[in-house]
Amino acid sequence: MSVLIDQNTKVLVQGITGRDGSFHAQKMQEYGTKVVAGVTPGKGGQDVNGIPVFNSVAEAREKTKANTAVIYVPAKFAKDAMLEDIKAGIELVVCITEGIPVLDMVEVEKVLQKSKTRLIGPNCPGLISPGKSKVGIMPGHIHKPGSIGVVSRSGTLTYEVVYNLTLKDMGQSTCVGIGGDSIIGMRFVDVLELFVKDKDTKGIVIVGEIGGEDEQAAAEFIKKNCKKPVVGFIAGKSAPAGKRMGHAGAIISSGFSTAEAKIEVLRSAGVAIVDLPDEIPAVLAKKVR
Amino acid sequence: MKIHEYQAAEFFKKFNIPALDGAVATEVSAAAKIAEKIGYPVVLKSQVLVGGRGKAGGIKVVKDQAELTKNFEQIRKLNIKGYRVEKIFVVKAIDIKKEFYAAITIDPSHNDIVLIGSSAGGIDIEETAQKNPKAIQKLYLKGNRSLDPKTIGPFLKKVFPDAASQKIGFDIFQNMLALFCQYDCSLVEINPLVVDKKGKWCAADAKVNFDDNALFRHEDVVAMQDLKYEDPDEMEAKKAGLSFVKLDGNIGCIVNGAGLAMATLDVIKVLGGNPANFLDVGGSSNPEKVLSALKIILRNKNVKSILINIFGGITRCDDIANGIIAAIGQIKILTPLVVRLTGTNEKEAKEILKKNNITTYPSMREAVEKAIKLVK
Repeated sequence: MSVLIDQNTKVLVQGITGRDGSFHAQKMQEYGTKVVAGVTPGKGGQDVNGIPVFNSVAEAREKTKANTAVIYVPAKFAKDAMLEDIKAGIELVVCITEGIPVLDMVEVEKVLQKSKTRLIGPNCPGLISPGKSKVGIMPGHIHKPGSIGVVSRSGTLTYEVVYNLTLKDMGQSTCVGIGGDSIIGMRFVDVLELFVKDKDTKGIVIVGEIGGEDEQAAAEFIKKNCKKPVVGFIAGKSAPAGKRMGHAGAIISSGFSTAEAKIEVLRSAGVAIVDLPDEIPAVLAKKVR
Repeated sequence: MKIHEYQAAEFFKKFNIPALDGAVATEVSAAAKIAEKIGYPVVLKSQVLVGGRGKAGGIKVVKDQAELTKNFEQIRKLNIKGYRVEKIFVVKAIDIKKEFYAAITIDPSHNDIVLIGSSAGGIDIEETAQKNPKAIQKLYLKGNRSLDPKTIGPFLKKVFPDAASQKIGFDIFQNMLALFCQYDCSLVEINPLVVDKKGKWCAADAKVNFDDNALFRHEDVVAMQDLKYEDPDEMEAKKAGLSFVKLDGNIGCIVNGAGLAMATLDVIKVLGGNPANFLDVGGSSNPEKVLSALKIILRNKNVKSILINIFGGITRCDDIANGIIAAIGQIKILTPLVVRLTGTNEKEAKEILKKNNITTYPSMREAVEKAIKLVK
């Protein structure tokens, strides 16, 4: 099994007539993803690689029964793209776009919380259930079907981790890149919850980085709810200290944003933390039968 | 993006937040004129975009022109955390009765805008937040961009002592919020917010930071940027679409993606090396970017080897390879290059590099080990 997407997922691509949108629509099709529609306002009626283009998400959903949307539109239009998906009742929205203004995301979150839609990203590589479906920009061929769930805040670092798993013959159930921005849709905990419930996911890899406090929440969740083995890597131990933002940043943060603090809190929750990404498969192999 | 206090004070005035009375000066004669107009005693406040200016002697109260002249020149000579003081904000001194704290920012763990207030404002606010968190009040706006009468009342009651000051506090927070939302701020902070002995309220310091992602819709804010505070290499990198931070080691790094770039620095350190920089070429694959990246890295004379670590996704490895070849054709590179390329169009990339006698390494670990060996 897999989480969030599988062979039945029907994907619509927002921004399909753009450079990135058309390139990755084709790559997703080649991987086997059911790409059923594209949406670009004003370009309805055209087609891209045989994929019909519609003027609106609502129309595309009605005509093609698409249940998942992937967004490649420029940052200044991304908020409206997400709001349109939520309004049309899309079940899963994956926003690849980076550089979205923070207040735009606050607005999206408000609407999102009152809806049944799940959001992954923004500023993320998307997700893949190897052998079934990929919704995003990751290179498909480095993945392999299997039983390891991967959740990460990074893009290319996730590829590095997955590549090492595949080299050691450890396939993946689903790999989710939740995105590197401060305000995002699904967080570590939301994805971990799905991995815990998925009976075919036998082991979990969590890839974090400095900044924010999501790893702390993840640690608390793992301690309480997760009996599956978890291995982690936290990037940024040697990164220069971040630039400070007045006093307010220090007041709202509880001091869990450094790599050391994250490593400590995850270790205390029973997560095996490695120093180098290529050590993950060996450590995980010992824990997963 | 950050702006100076005097610029933030201008924003405060525009949004009817009681700001300090005064103006900015670069010459002592201009400072004297401002002081004359607003009346002594005045405070001379150095305008630097780094913290700790008070402790560095960058803020002085003066009671007449003789003192002003002497202190103005002294402050101008200061070097605060590596920055010379060019501008001095000359403001009316306040007879402070009480100091409060007021701020609006984004709390990512709540996906929300948060109001922060305290009746214990001043330089020790962070210590107060740690030792006595109850002295700090927070109010989340639940995605709204206006103050909800039901929740703002209790919040204000905990921050301000009486009905009259709560009314003033309401206006101040409401105006701060208007500024915050209209200009896509990441922070609007008043510390301290003071009331003087005559009962007059004033923002005795002003801090306004902006969301870099939203600068495209605020050209007026971009024009306020003080370029002196931007590292020239970092600026050039930004223009080329790269993200660059200089470090103190000797292995130059070119990586795609911030997470992998950070992990590469970590791996270099764990395996016994020392990185010279963080450099993320970003998501698209423009060969020009590789050229710009190499130029910036080669300017650092400490660099003894250059590690290129690319995991192609949206970035195509062959574009990176073509960028490397183009760079070698255009600039003289005596520093050895260590190249690792995996992912999208990896095969094409390796062929391009092989034709030009550049060895590639299959894994990050092997590439890092080679780069370290070259500097030993």
